Amino acid sequence: MRAAGSLRGPWAIAVARSIVVACVVVATGVGAQPKDAALDARLKKLETELRCLVCQNQTLADSDASLAGDLRREVRALAEAGKTDDEIKTYLVARYGDFILYNPPVKTLTWLLWFGPALLLAGGGVAWYAIVRRRRDGDDDDGRGPPGSPPPPGEALARARQMLYEEP
Amino acid sequence: MTPASPASSTGRMRALRFIVPLAIFLILVAFLGVGLSRDPREVPSPLINKAAPAFDLERLHESGKRLSAADLKGQVWLMNVWASWCVSCRVEHPLLMQLAKANVVPIIGLDYKDKPDDGRAWLTQNGNPYTTSIVDFDGRVGIDYGVYGVPETFVVDKQGVIRYKQIGPVTVEALEQKILPLVRELQKS
Repeated sequence: MRAAGSLRGPWAIAVARSIVVACVVVATGVGAQPKDAALDARLKKLETELRCLVCQNQTLADSDASLAGDLRREVRALAEAGKTDDEIKTYLVARYGDFILYNPPVKTLTWLLWFGPALLLAGGGVAWYAIVRRRRDGDDDDGRGPPGSPPPPGEALARARQMLYEEP
Repeated sequence: MTPASPASSTGRMRALRFIVPLAIFLILVAFLGVGLSRDPREVPSPLINKAAPAFDLERLHESGKRLSAADLKGQVWLMNVWASWCVSCRVEHPLLMQLAKANVVPIIGLDYKDKPDDGRAWLTQNGNPYTTSIVDFDGRVGIDYGVYGVPETFVVDKQGVIRYKQIGPVTVEALEQKILPLVRELQKS
């Protein structure tokens, strides 16, 4: 027991020391990384917003094409040179056009693309409202209400008048 | 302003019921028809009518000597992006050879992402249509020119402005209907 006890002392110290060392290594590792990690995260996000022109339906981040690799390298170099995301996008658009952006920019040419669906929805809403209102007022376009509904008062009155005063 | 008689009003409504959906349908057909006739692989270049990006690259054949975009000012020239590994370049190659023989316009070859040895061997084997070839080993100049596939061909005017870009191999139609007429017109001005 005593032998084991005397062994336990240095053993425990060694373990504690290695834990401390490991923590320091991890801590310094993490301490040295944050800038790169932040840059990596930023590039990752940026690359998912850019299109690989060779494969067209893949983002720059997903593509294995050689051009995609070159463009990722270019984007990283620009980011490391302190360029903002917008500046990097402008750089790429100047060379490859808007097509390289997954989100097309809002400009005169793309108004229909961006606002078309909302316009269609609004148009549908207006049509729906007009139809509902006409139905409710009993003034459908054929001059009658919905099928099976009683004839409008004017028509009923006219028929009654005809029955009363005019001989068939 | 007398209200329209019920008969003509309902008649008009009936006609509208046909005309409005028909009009929407026809517009849709027109849009889809245009969409079908366009090649999504051809991305229009934003560089048309912009200054050709500057470059200063080593020549493929006289290593040590360089060629820059500024050296080419004052003449109309073509830049053809090619590589020894490029399969479609073989398709347009005979046409480029003919064009070179006709001696109409200087053709600058941009050997894109290629080992210079491979590029030289390819030209020796297949024939060299280029006035000068330059080496874009890492593809940086290619990026500046918005190259996303090989081959591509640019027409640059005397002022150093890009006037036309052919994406994919140069075809007989493209050469006869677009590239050559444009080159002749630019050479006159």
